Amino acid sequence: METMMAKSRADIEVDVRDVLVDALGVDEDDVVPTATLKSDLGAESIDYLDIVFRLEKKFSTPEKPFKIAQGELFPENLMTDPSLVEGGKVTAKGIALLKTKVPHVDVSEFEKDPQIAKLPNHFTVKSLCDFTERKLAS
Amino acid sequence: MRWMWIDRVIAFEPRKRLVAVKNVSLAEEHLHQHFAAEGALAPCPVMPSSLILEGMAQTAGILVGSVHDFREKVVLAKVASATFERDIHPGETLRYDATIERMDDMGASTVGIVDRYSFVDNAWAPVGRIELMFSHLDQNRAGTEFPEENFVFGENFRTLLEGAGLRKFTRL
Repeated sequence: METMMAKSRADIEVDVRDVLVDALGVDEDDVVPTATLKSDLGAESIDYLDIVFRLEKKFSTPEKPFKIAQGELFPENLMTDPSLVEGGKVTAKGIALLKTKVPHVDVSEFEKDPQIAKLPNHFTVKSLCDFTERKLAS
Repeated sequence: MRWMWIDRVIAFEPRKRLVAVKNVSLAEEHLHQHFAAEGALAPCPVMPSSLILEGMAQTAGILVGSVHDFREKVVLAKVASATFERDIHPGETLRYDATIERMDDMGASTVGIVDRYSFVDNAWAPVGRIELMFSHLDQNRAGTEFPEENFVFGENFRTLLEGAGLRKFTRL
């Protein structure tokens, strides 16, 4: 029986780029792997939900829905526990949780200056591609 | 007092689709300014696109609010896209056809088709397409406190919705 070819990394990168162009109104050329969603591409809070919805639509197939649970891609409400953040900084326990919950984010870079307010600066185009690739393979 | 930009709900499919109409009238004061006569130019009253957008936001917002029986504070968070291809004149009827595309606890995205009926042409014609994002305010507080009461779907608004014919479709 013929099966659908899995999407290559290059296919995923093109699809993620299209999602960001539509969701954020940015130029294709600005969507490079190292671009951060917030600082470089200008994403605001509601844009993250828009991106989630558009990724779900782009990567769902009749055979395999692509459903992103709340907090799975962006860790909204994940860091509300006081033991995870103290004085605006993510604790060691919080860092460990981030590494488990959002492996698509470069947490080792974030933990050098783990201010919670700076976490969005570590969400890059590459993070979205890594997340999508991993989720499609699972 | 609430600014209503739809006159009547004409179709409702729970959790999916809501359709509303608005009759555009020369009695609406803003049409006399948009655009008033200037110099040698004759007046040219057309419905501002921003208010067509508001009409769709109300139609789609009511649809999203109805999913949770109007308990959530549903606010317009983003105009993802809006395209308009013709002007709307007094005497014409606008039809807003809104569909929920995706929805979760945080909010919803909707797609809306706008068209208009002209009594001159005796026909419907496409006007535009509007994609919106709505946020459930209480799920997205980001540290901000909002009043407990539902100021989005308050008592006045419910009364207006009843007048607009939604009562026969919902448990308002």
